[in-house]
Amino acid sequence: MAKPTLAVHKFSSCDGCQLALLNMGPDLLALAEQLEIKHFAEAGIVNESAPVDIALVEGSVVTAADETRIREVRANSRYLISMGACATSGGIQALKNLAEDPSAWVGQLYPQTEFIDSLDRSHALKAYVRVDFELWGCPVNSRQVVAAAGQLLQGVSPVDNREKLCLECKRAGQVCTLVTRGEPCMGPVTRAGCGALCPAFGRACYGCYGEAELSNGDALQRRLEGLGLAPERAAARFRLIHPDQQQQDPLQLSGGDHDPA
Amino acid sequence: MTRRKIQINVPSLARVEGEGALHLKIEQGRIEQLQFRIYEPPRFFEQFMQGRHYTEVPDIVARICGICPVAYQVSAVNALESLFALETTPWISNMRRLLYCGEWIQSHSLHIHLLALPDYFAEETVLGLAAKEPELVRRGFAIQEAGNRLIRFLGGRSVHPVGIQVGGFHHAPAVSEARSLLSFLEDTLPQAEALLEYLAGMALPEQNQAFTSVTLAHQEYPIEQGELISSTGLRLQPEQYESHFKELQSPHSTALWSLLDGQDYLVGPLARLNLNQAVLPAFLQRHLQRLGNPFPSQNMFHSMLARGVEICLALYEAITILREYQPDTPALELQVKAGVGCGWSEAPRGLLWHRYRVDSEGLIQEAKIVPPTSQNQARIEQDLRHSLHQFGLDHSTEALRLHSEKVIRNYDPCISCATHFLKMSVERQG
Repeated sequence: MAKPTLAVHKFSSCDGCQLALLNMGPDLLALAEQLEIKHFAEAGIVNESAPVDIALVEGSVVTAADETRIREVRANSRYLISMGACATSGGIQALKNLAEDPSAWVGQLYPQTEFIDSLDRSHALKAYVRVDFELWGCPVNSRQVVAAAGQLLQGVSPVDNREKLCLECKRAGQVCTLVTRGEPCMGPVTRAGCGALCPAFGRACYGCYGEAELSNGDALQRRLEGLGLAPERAAARFRLIHPDQQQQDPLQLSGGDHDPA
Repeated sequence: MTRRKIQINVPSLARVEGEGALHLKIEQGRIEQLQFRIYEPPRFFEQFMQGRHYTEVPDIVARICGICPVAYQVSAVNALESLFALETTPWISNMRRLLYCGEWIQSHSLHIHLLALPDYFAEETVLGLAAKEPELVRRGFAIQEAGNRLIRFLGGRSVHPVGIQVGGFHHAPAVSEARSLLSFLEDTLPQAEALLEYLAGMALPEQNQAFTSVTLAHQEYPIEQGELISSTGLRLQPEQYESHFKELQSPHSTALWSLLDGQDYLVGPLARLNLNQAVLPAFLQRHLQRLGNPFPSQNMFHSMLARGVEICLALYEAITILREYQPDTPALELQVKAGVGCGWSEAPRGLLWHRYRVDSEGLIQEAKIVPPTSQNQARIEQDLRHSLHQFGLDHSTEALRLHSEKVIRNYDPCISCATHFLKMSVERQG
């Protein structure tokens, strides 16, 4: 039987999620024995339009050329997984989505704007194409990537764990930074998955895994203000790594090939 | 001389970080056009940092580059701490150097084994290389893992670590963690020395060319601090940077080009080693001498050997710091002050300069970042012109393409760093 095939595509991003694969060490060689890697430019394999079983896609859509490219990736892939914050919610560069006139950013700042292909917004992949599974996290870790790919290949739908970081943090036995130190922790509204790294270091979570299920942002906003944070600064904590609220909900935008509103 | 007209397009460069391309036009044995194009789209970090609180800056700038987040964090805290006139403690300075050593080890080993070496075995990937040279690749992964462990020790994770804050660190790890890390690094150093020996024995193209080296310098090998020096005799502090270094937009690239007094220049491992050999630890000087020390060198193909030297140096430094490790107060109180702060450090790929203007509330009013890849970009094009002529334009299209890629990879370009867009007037220089 032929090996299942894999492609790793990159859109606008820092390349950090691809390191979830490139940092695997000997496990990367083991993975390559189980899967045939058809495209992974940073690792030296270039065949962008190869049809594959699984496409892992890093980065957000920020140029007109990328709008076409993501549709081609979708057409060539059996399963498409968005890998990391940029691909999944537009990422940190979606901060420009909050600007009043983002088109002016290029216009004001560039001597020659005609050479720059840049959309006004940073879009998650699901704004353009059907996404089969989302890996949240900035960055994602190797465990998440390998587990999702493995489950899809076994014909199992990967489970989307949207529980709150607080639960992961409690299970790890960390002391609550918000309650005991008055740190403006985003744990109560953030997805688990990182291993509660920041609370383990005694610092407040800053929300890099995106929004958790049933999160009560209003209550946390009031709590942060109660700690003495100015309302704007408290609100800014909800808009850092996943700033575009419209791209937070996995159900809202997925499910069709369409132009974003 | 053959009379032929060829065009080479490498639409997507493999084994570099981010998105870049090369356009080369040769007519009648002459290069008519050569463009190294960075098309990684702008991400506007300098714009969206405006209005953010200074405490958020280390977590924001980490996201510029997944391979060198520590470099961005350290240059940023250097700039902000200089504005707030904060003198760090020896513990904080040592831990910054230790964390940064982790990034050099990780990034250099990834570059050597996954990005650069496959070229020398006519392989496209580390997977092909591993089939031919399993021990070489296994050793490379072990060295890379040593770097990653070091970053996790102080940062929690190796990509976008969470340990650094303006004023110090969030956390001082326990002695027991330092001990187990130390023994792993002590086992890794001999492997890195073997790698250095291996790299020194490789047959490399002999292609010397004239260029200016630019690096930080300090009483120790420059990593997390220093003053700027150049092979032309320049000596600068961070706030003087803009009086000599200017940026221009080039139509074919999304990264700005940085020029030193109107000329291209080199930053990165080769530039660092060219000007800082005297402060290498004695054991490394002995190694180099035994291996026929080629430094200082004007051959860019010695960059990989320079990375090998720097891996050994970073492991040695990390071991030295960890042997004495004791936890201490991780961070200092600071007084927020309005004004402008500049700071820099040596990212794995070269000098990384930041400048922030902050108001009295600690909110960022303006940010400017000059990453190493925009500093090397003009140099890369010059190098390509020179190297392709020396290599011989009569080679097949495929051979020219491969050679060009090899030349570009010497600079380990981090194209994701092409985030630098700032208001400026159009200038004509050079």
